[in-house]
Amino acid sequence: MAEKIRLQLTVNGEPRSVEVFPMARLVDVLREELKLTGTKEGCGEGECGACTVRLDGRIVNSCLIPAIQAQGSELLTVEGLAEQEHLHPLQQAFHHHNGAQCGFCTPGMLIAAEDLLRRCPNPDEGQIREGLSGNLCRCTGYVKIVDAVKAAAEGGRA
Amino acid sequence: MRGYVPGCEVKVPVTLAEALDVLAAEPGGWRPMAGGTDLMVLFNAGRMPAGRFLDLSRIEELRGIWEDETTLRFGALTTFSEMRDCPSVHRHLPNLVKSARATGALAIQNRGTLGGNIANASPAADTPPSLLAYGAELELVSLRGRRTVAYDAFHQGYKQMDLAVDELVAGIRVPKPQGLGFHFYRKVGTRQAQAISKLCLAAYARIEGGLIAEFRVGLGSLAPAPVRARRAEAMILGKPLTALQVTAAREALMADICPIDDIRSTVHYRRVVTANVFQQMLEELAHA
Ligand SMILES: Cc1cc2nc3c(=O)[nH]c(=O)nc-3n(C[C@H](O)[C@H](O)[C@H](O)COP(=O)(O)OP(=O)(O)OC[C@H]3O[C@@H](n4cnc5c(N)ncnc54)[C@H](O)[C@@H]3O)c2cc1C
Ligand code: FES
Ligand code: FES
Repeated sequence: MAEKIRLQLTVNGEPRSVEVFPMARLVDVLREELKLTGTKEGCGEGECGACTVRLDGRIVNSCLIPAIQAQGSELLTVEGLAEQEHLHPLQQAFHHHNGAQCGFCTPGMLIAAEDLLRRCPNPDEGQIREGLSGNLCRCTGYVKIVDAVKAAAEGGRA
Repeated sequence: MRGYVPGCEVKVPVTLAEALDVLAAEPGGWRPMAGGTDLMVLFNAGRMPAGRFLDLSRIEELRGIWEDETTLRFGALTTFSEMRDCPSVHRHLPNLVKSARATGALAIQNRGTLGGNIANASPAADTPPSLLAYGAELELVSLRGRRTVAYDAFHQGYKQMDLAVDELVAGIRVPKPQGLGFHFYRKVGTRQAQAISKLCLAAYARIEGGLIAEFRVGLGSLAPAPVRARRAEAMILGKPLTALQVTAAREALMADICPIDDIRSTVHYRRVVTANVFQQMLEELAHA
């Protein structure tokens, strides 16, 4: 048996600390230890993007990150997008444009879209599709998601 | 069945010397881990027994892209995103930028490393064809010392490499193309993102006085490891741009490859499409 480590990280602006095995997957740490169940697991192999979170400024698949590699990091999950009662502009746009149906891909889509708009505030359709190309959706056919991201970008702040 | 998480130990050295000590003390006892984008997939799928991992990700000496007059040097931990973001890589090694863009999707590119792409030794990896075309060299390091191997001699068969169990890939050196260059990269997959190659072809040529003065072609998913198309190269090297023997070179190329049928494609498809992509490359070269 390996020894557990004390994992210290900042999640959505708050310092958190948990004891976990070093090879525990970040997605499990978030969901099971920190009870942040917004982040989803679809495939568990990096293909679907449902588990996307931002780690130290870059989006990653949290199903592929061992806890020990997240030591000391700063994370953004879907729970960190809204400011109190105010949905993030991307969340509003997804709501308005029906960018979410079953909603399983949505947390990952939102984090990937937020990352895209930070890097590229006025993306064209090709850039939106590339920015979201690691995120699979089985419901919407993507058109409404792309529309939502476009609308959020045009609405200014992202 | 998942890998057994409680059974896994991880060491996190912060210097290269520490990491090499661990590897030397128990050769084969600790599995290097960089971005984890290959290892964690195996582990999550239960296709790797619980074990001991040597996390390289905190070793600063393995990071960074360096440049001098003649060479670009990549630390083994350089990510695909770092290559995409580096203006010098765009300027000198456009095929490598295309390889990086064609790898997985952004979240994979943010994490996966060049060293991992090489040492994972998949025949379908997307940066090796570009590295072969550019004549890259690898810096390998162990407590016994540092050595340099030509990348085209590194892969020796399916998942077999000129890499000892106590060695790490420390860096990748790529000579900067000089003079008039021609760069071509084409990955053929099912979709643009997240698709492992059905085949991949990268080429680099230097043109001098209307002649092909330097010419290398790197191939992926067409042999048990990434390979150069040496026979096809020989048909083109030294020839005038205006008189490239396209048909003969295409035929020679068929002797350079030994594709297989697998879940991604077939021998027939791979042969036909490789020949076509190669011919398209030569046609573009003729007009370079
Ligand atoms: C969804 C998905 C899509 C992908 N798409 C592509 C694709 O399109 N094209 C492609 O080429 N790859 C693809 N990959 C595979 C993978 O992302 C790459 O091979 C990546 O470069 C691996 O790097 P890493 O740092 O994550 O390696 P790791 O998983 O950390 O390690 C991989 C192997 O290399 C060894 N290793 C790592 N670094 C060193 C070193 N410095 N010295 C010695 N040994 C070392 C490890 O021991 C291990 O055996 C994909 C993976 C996923 C999950
Ligand atoms: S669950 Fe992580 S990418 Fe699918
Ligand atoms: S809304 Fe159901 S998977 Fe995207």
